[in-house]
Amino acid sequence: MPFTLVLIAIAVVIFAFGRWFDSSYAFFIGYVVIQYIVLGTAWNILGGYTGYVNFGITAFFAIGAYSTVALHKLVPTLPLPAMIVVSGVLAGLVGLGTGYLTLRLRGVFFSIATLALAVVVQTLITNWDFVGGARGAYVLRPRVAPLIGGEYVQYLFLLMLGMCVIVLATARTIERSALGYGFAAIRDDEGAAEAAGVPTLKLKLIATTLSGGFMGMAGAPLPFYVTYLDPASGFSLNYAVNAIAMPLIGGTGSWLGPVVGAVLVGGLQEYLRVTISSAVNVLVAGVLMVAFVIAAPQGIVGLFQRKR
Amino acid sequence: MTALLQVAGLGKRFGGFVALESIDLEVQQGERLGLIGPNGSGKSTLVNCICGTLRNESGKVRFAEEALDGLSAHERTRRGLARSFQLPRPFASLSLAENIRIPILYTVNARATGHLSRAAIDARCLELLGQVGLAAKAERRPRDLTQIEMRKLELARAMAAEPKLLIADEAMAGLSHAEVDEIIALLIRLNEQGVTVIMIEHIMRAVMEFSQRLAVLVAGRKIADGPPQDVVRDPEVVRAYLGE
Repeated sequence: MPFTLVLIAIAVVIFAFGRWFDSSYAFFIGYVVIQYIVLGTAWNILGGYTGYVNFGITAFFAIGAYSTVALHKLVPTLPLPAMIVVSGVLAGLVGLGTGYLTLRLRGVFFSIATLALAVVVQTLITNWDFVGGARGAYVLRPRVAPLIGGEYVQYLFLLMLGMCVIVLATARTIERSALGYGFAAIRDDEGAAEAAGVPTLKLKLIATTLSGGFMGMAGAPLPFYVTYLDPASGFSLNYAVNAIAMPLIGGTGSWLGPVVGAVLVGGLQEYLRVTISSAVNVLVAGVLMVAFVIAAPQGIVGLFQRKR
Repeated sequence: MTALLQVAGLGKRFGGFVALESIDLEVQQGERLGLIGPNGSGKSTLVNCICGTLRNESGKVRFAEEALDGLSAHERTRRGLARSFQLPRPFASLSLAENIRIPILYTVNARATGHLSRAAIDARCLELLGQVGLAAKAERRPRDLTQIEMRKLELARAMAAEPKLLIADEAMAGLSHAEVDEIIALLIRLNEQGVTVIMIEHIMRAVMEFSQRLAVLVAGRKIADGPPQDVVRDPEVVRAYLGE
């Protein structure tokens, strides 16, 4: 509980600082970095804690984004937080279903199945005319943010910040609970975990559901952020690469890893996009990921923990 | 009194290969049973069927007057049926104390009988590691352990579930004479605390010293079951081990 309060306090300070700084560019970048904290942490619950590497991040992320597109068309007056909740629930259900269907798959076979899921979902969305199909969909961003006033992107940033607090608090709670120990046992040796009384099936389903749900939530505000969403951008490889690279670079063992990774890599990418080229950012994630997997498999957080 | 563990007509095949054929075995509460047999005779398969890691096609397993058919491995562990693995399978990324903590969290704490506090679990982890002489290494990782320490950790993890029946699957293979004695003493101590123990072993010295009763598996069939001294003189057992 005190940890959550500290997180909230930090979030408040960050937002207050943003308001004082009053630069829409800063909010746009901040949104992306925080979005990657949420996405990376969500991936880490399944990939880092439980040891099941999910390559189908875009499936869950885009289910969240396209839920918003559909809801916005059906009920234009629905407030965005409600859409985020619906997106999270839908993506969580898909996570549950994925977990259930891939129960017997381990290691690389699980990863390939999730990759296939991303392709299947992308194909479905591309052929679903209601949400724009291959043409894409426009979602008009209101000019003024509700409740807080100012630009709408500030509202998006605030919502993402709120999700970030929820996701990080959840991740840290898991780490310290029986659930986290159970996840770690599954990651290290599923058979031995089962022999130690760990209900591996149930725990895996909890992990896939939570992970998928949080990814969907992270994707929900996206249509308002980009204002034009098509399958090519919603299912962009960037999301998948970053959501895996950031926890790996920061460290998969702890909630802090994805935060460090997202801030570092996200910040660096943005810096390079502005100074060098907009195409170099994926290269950064790729090169750093390879470097860290070889040189520091425990990530940045792991480097510090070893010295302790 | 009915037996703690009752295996009746248990059969298991892998494709066309019959690994176990109609095994009957009873283990009484508090007993020390030795289970021996040549390599490939089905000892580990039997353990896996009893513990729920593998599904047997025929036959029944009853434990503490309850049918175990259809229960998964973790449900059986919760009911008091623990096993150690032939090759130690520690949770490599966790400290020794955390390795012990997992079965406590998921068996002892999951039972209706009690919910240990965080501090009580910490104390219990150290106590269990102390029983196998690993308390000083509680914060170390399994990779820092020697082979015998790894076996001890494996046993401590099985003991952490507070089982009624412990199946030690070749806990002594590859250990030195003195180390074997150490493990036997540990298992006997455990047995004196009321835990029924099945020991699967190739080291005959250990089996003879430990067991009150001996069962012999050969090619998926139980060919002998009785007092150890009689069983090892049984002509069929001698033939299985030495040939004619």
